Amino acid sequence: MMNLITLVWSYLKAKPLNTFLNVLLLGLGIAVITVLLVFNQQFQEKIKDNVRGIDLVVGAKGSPLQLILCSIFHVDFPTGNIKLNEAEQLAKNRLVKSVIPLALGDSYQGYRIVGTNRAYTDLYEADLQEGKWWEKDMEVVAGANVAAFARVKVGDKLVSQHGLGAEGHAHEDQQMICTGVLRKTNSVIDNLLFTNVGTVWAVHEEHEEDEHEHDEQPVQNPSPIVPTVNAGDSVKEITSLLVEFRNPMAAIQLPRYINAQTNMQAASPAFETARLFSILGVGADVLMGFAYVLIFISALSIFLALYNSLKERQYDLAIMRSMGASRSRLFITMLAEGIAMTLMGSVLGLAMGHGVLVLFTWWVKEGSQTGFSAYVFYTSELWILAGSLLLGIVCSLVPAIQAYRTDIHKVLAG
Amino acid sequence: MVEIKSVEYAYPGAKAIRFADFKLAGGEHCLLLGESGSGKTTLLHLLGGLLRSQQGAIRIHDTDITQLSESALDHFRGKHLGFVFQRNHLLQALSVRQNLLMAPFLAELPQSEERVNEVLDRLGLLNRKSARVRELSQGQAQRVAIARAVINKPDVIFADEPTSALDDKNCERVSDLLLSVASEQRATLVVATHDQRLKAKITRQMVLPA
Repeated sequence: MMNLITLVWSYLKAKPLNTFLNVLLLGLGIAVITVLLVFNQQFQEKIKDNVRGIDLVVGAKGSPLQLILCSIFHVDFPTGNIKLNEAEQLAKNRLVKSVIPLALGDSYQGYRIVGTNRAYTDLYEADLQEGKWWEKDMEVVAGANVAAFARVKVGDKLVSQHGLGAEGHAHEDQQMICTGVLRKTNSVIDNLLFTNVGTVWAVHEEHEEDEHEHDEQPVQNPSPIVPTVNAGDSVKEITSLLVEFRNPMAAIQLPRYINAQTNMQAASPAFETARLFSILGVGADVLMGFAYVLIFISALSIFLALYNSLKERQYDLAIMRSMGASRSRLFITMLAEGIAMTLMGSVLGLAMGHGVLVLFTWWVKEGSQTGFSAYVFYTSELWILAGSLLLGIVCSLVPAIQAYRTDIHKVLAG
Repeated sequence: MVEIKSVEYAYPGAKAIRFADFKLAGGEHCLLLGESGSGKTTLLHLLGGLLRSQQGAIRIHDTDITQLSESALDHFRGKHLGFVFQRNHLLQALSVRQNLLMAPFLAELPQSEERVNEVLDRLGLLNRKSARVRELSQGQAQRVAIARAVINKPDVIFADEPTSALDDKNCERVSDLLLSVASEQRATLVVATHDQRLKAKITRQMVLPA
């Protein structure tokens, strides 16, 4: 059977190299855009996901971006410590609805150990895969990726290292025990181990304040942040405090108060991540620009291929008219050829884009650890398809108009 | 079947050519003779509706094609007329079979594989059915062009110098096939040519003055 599709396909097949080059060129441009699109989309989703419920991070003075990267995404080092009693003061502020303490400093095989309380894991709707939650000091619960990649099981005895790297010195004589493993959440907590703030203190006090160790007194007035110690303790320190606002007013007043009136600094996750995006955005923009150049060149190449073929094609066009084809039919055939090339290009590009992401998640450890997926499709990809349709029309419009105007008598008599 | 009355055509900036009235019955064959520049091709194109904007009336199969709209004329051409040109204008990107199927496809008629086989068999080309156009010899290509012209069973076949590019042997074969296929289908055949070899084959002849 002869139809528009076989006709168009035959013409494209008649010049295989030309067609292949045009489709490939466009495909590469679309692939770059697809990768950026999917990456950016998932990156933003992940960031939104990880920031949830945290309005403000309060920590030691320093870089606010570092504070956010450290306390929410767990990819940077702490800016320092804050006094527990200062944190308690802040927790009592009427603009603060709730606070979660974080005590950082140790890691296990490169996975960060976070001294906190259950409110933190609740924030990410964490569930136990097996075992039970940590209760006493020196008990830890491992995130899903920690269990999978560092092979941590319930009942394992763990020795932590100071810092984040594997070469940090080991706290040999302080063994922690794993009491549970969390279900995968595809958020940052998959890569963390959780324990009490007290555990982190205990591991470090061992060295620094040996003589303090034996003053075991019953806690009479438990701290609102870490109930295992007395409120107002002037020695204990934590890394940072995650704050939830009581009302929108707090967003304006609280950071100003903390930054001006205390020794601590307040950083807004929303603001800092927006800043981070704008920094990363420059690189993405350059790549995006490159992709647009590729697409522009491919569009030009498709246009030229069609336009140049018109001269040798005018006999074909005239013959088709003599066989009963109307002017508009020739017009549509020409348009269809351009659209076929751009559609093939964009389908190839989407496939290559996702292919690159599949390879990325396979080969790069971080890819799978962040819960990044190459098999997610976004509606914007439909826009790419629609855009390529439009591009096809733009590229073939002038040749199609020429085809429409073919003077059959002149061509056939000449 | 084919009838013209006081037809005139003027190329831009040139004197109008006046064509003598004539009438062909259904199934009748006719030769249009004349020096080059005498307007053979112009008349053939006017008859086939490939060229318009002339004076007078052209009746084909009881339809005055000068009165048809552009798209109605395209449609009429696809259904009732077949063309064979001097240089075998086959679509290079397609196979022989696809070239033949283009005729019913563009004329919006049912495409029949049997009809393709039938026509190719009649023209001795069945073994070339899936060949590419550029693999054909010139004689074969001209036979494919004839096959394409007759596949829709047209009422009138117009041929413009169908044999001038062929050697004697191929000329003989192609013209014989063209005449016999046209006769079998009771189609009227109009051949514009200056090829003397055809004069003996078609007795009705019209000479266009230079």
